[in-house]
Amino acid sequence: MATPIPHEDRVHSEEFLHTLMRRQLKLSIACAAAFLVGLIGLPLLNYYAPALMATRVAGFTLSWLFLGVLCFPLVWTISWIFIRRSIWLEEDEVRQVKEGEGR
Amino acid sequence: MISTLPLAFLEGVDPWIFTFSFITVAVTIWMGFRSAKTSKTASDFFVAGRSVSVGWNASAISGEYLSAASFMGVAGMVMSSGYDALWYPVCYACGYLFLLLFIAGPLRRFGAYTIPDFAEGRFDSPLFRKIAVCFVLFIGFFYTMPQMKGAGTTLAYIFPGMPYWGGVVLVGAVITLNVALGGMKGITLVQAVQYWIKMFAICVPIFVLMSVYGFYGSHLGANDGRAATAAGSTTPIVQIVERKPLVEKAPADTPWISPFGPLTTKAAKAAGLSAEAAKPYSLLYTYSLIIALVCGTAGLPHILVRFYTNPDGVAAKRTTMWVMILIGIFYVFPPVFGVIGRNLMPELYAATGAKGTDKIVLELPRAVGGLWGSILSGITCAGAFAAFMSTFSGLLVSMTGALAHDVYGRILRPKSTPQERMFMFKVAAVVVGTVAILLGSQVEQLQINFMVGQAFAIAAASYFPLLFMSVWWRGMTMPGAATGMLGGGLAALACTTIINLSDLKVIDLVEFWKANPLLRILCEQPAIWTVPLAIGLMIVVSKLTATKVPADIRMKMLVLHAPEKLGLKQEYIQEQQAGMGH
Repeated sequence: MATPIPHEDRVHSEEFLHTLMRRQLKLSIACAAAFLVGLIGLPLLNYYAPALMATRVAGFTLSWLFLGVLCFPLVWTISWIFIRRSIWLEEDEVRQVKEGEGR
Repeated sequence: MISTLPLAFLEGVDPWIFTFSFITVAVTIWMGFRSAKTSKTASDFFVAGRSVSVGWNASAISGEYLSAASFMGVAGMVMSSGYDALWYPVCYACGYLFLLLFIAGPLRRFGAYTIPDFAEGRFDSPLFRKIAVCFVLFIGFFYTMPQMKGAGTTLAYIFPGMPYWGGVVLVGAVITLNVALGGMKGITLVQAVQYWIKMFAICVPIFVLMSVYGFYGSHLGANDGRAATAAGSTTPIVQIVERKPLVEKAPADTPWISPFGPLTTKAAKAAGLSAEAAKPYSLLYTYSLIIALVCGTAGLPHILVRFYTNPDGVAAKRTTMWVMILIGIFYVFPPVFGVIGRNLMPELYAATGAKGTDKIVLELPRAVGGLWGSILSGITCAGAFAAFMSTFSGLLVSMTGALAHDVYGRILRPKSTPQERMFMFKVAAVVVGTVAILLGSQVEQLQINFMVGQAFAIAAASYFPLLFMSVWWRGMTMPGAATGMLGGGLAALACTTIINLSDLKVIDLVEFWKANPLLRILCEQPAIWTVPLAIGLMIVVSKLTATKVPADIRMKMLVLHAPEKLGLKQEYIQEQQAGMGH
């Protein structure tokens, strides 16, 4: 942009944006990794341990139980954690900026 | 039964089923008309004036998200293909999580009405906007086809004398009219109510069926291939439920209940490979399907636009949490229909098209028998109506919005008045509705869920890389984004078109697929190579055109990522306006 950026303006500094994006991406990737492990792992389990996954639990095969029922609570847990953390993160960022201005 | 009466198609109609379905349709239309009176301005029409509460919005998003594919298709596919079909509901839900993690927040902060708005704002390029609009329409039409199949199947079930295309035309015309008159404000309310109709319609019949015929697990337990072979095992796994003998076309128990069954091994089996040799192909198919469904969710135009109907970012996140819960609970039920259907109505395996397994959700409650069977079946029919009507309405709104807001309002006649745009919205709704009806009447032989999977595969290779990369990588340039989106999207589009034409027997590729099972899988589920292709193209072309990174990229990134409370959006708008003044 043509307008020069003031030195004291923390919000517009390269460093602020960098940390901002880093922190957000780290949180997102951590949460994504948690469910990708399940999503990538289950087909592998089915592939390499078919006998184990065919074990019956109350009629369900283990594999069916994971995919058809138990994965939904997992998704809820991850999204709940993510939402709590990301709202906290935003508040923290706002607080930091406010403190920076007060100095 | 031949009759000379013009109302011949009314013969053999179950009055209960007809009544429930009719009430659903009538309530939907009434609500649409009622709210049409209150939505006056253009902003009201496009994103409901951005003032929808968390509860309503979460129900509305879920209502829109749970399409005919979720309501009818999942059950039908679980019945016909078994375990592998479970990936569909799971990935529909996981895809939503993915959207929440990487895309929803930044997009909301950026505050654009539609994806084309975002594409233009992020790259300062009106040209790119046009490309994005084309893709809204492409993906939209691919996604309307399964909804139309759902409509045709349901009406053919309610009116045994009605041809498949008749149902498509009737439902398509009703919804098109509704959207043209109501706009999205009407739709938000309607969608929210329809979520609860769907939830009620899927779980009540299931509970009744399970109390009469045995629990979910018992029905799965009945599908035990080992019982026939291992004579020594004396203790049955669970209390065995009664089941009808399977027909010849039905898959056997063991491949049905195990992973890597009929769905994923079809291509390899056709090529004459042994069960062991087919397994790696199945694994590839499974992963490609997962990628398509998870990434594709992020690209569905009618879902994304809803993030803007929340008052602020925190509300948007809370809405998403509720959506996860609402759709998660829902998705447990459709596979139950498939499982019980396999045991109680195996005769559906023998039929094809509108009479095949896709209608198991509608037909299964009749197994209860008598008056209650009819009433329950009427309830699921009402749910099916809610399903395809809500999704089709949502798609129609976003596609019509793209036509009226982008093609007409920005490209053809930038100086048009709001009244003219409102008029165009109505014209565009009729045009889009008509095309959707024409396309929908051609796909009777394709499975609902399969078609949705294809729409997701195209979205996964075009919008997902665009949104994901634009939000998280500041080095992205317009040529890079356009090349990647077009490269990935068109590749996926070409693959799905070839598969559809070959499955509908328009072109004959049977011998070719037999010789090349790997190509068949990569063509049927292209996401595993088209998504990396799109991202790769974006990185390479962006690096080559690095000088074209927008000058104010830091500010754009700041608006995308900084908390809304800092008020950077306002500053950004002022700078943009100042920039234009120079």
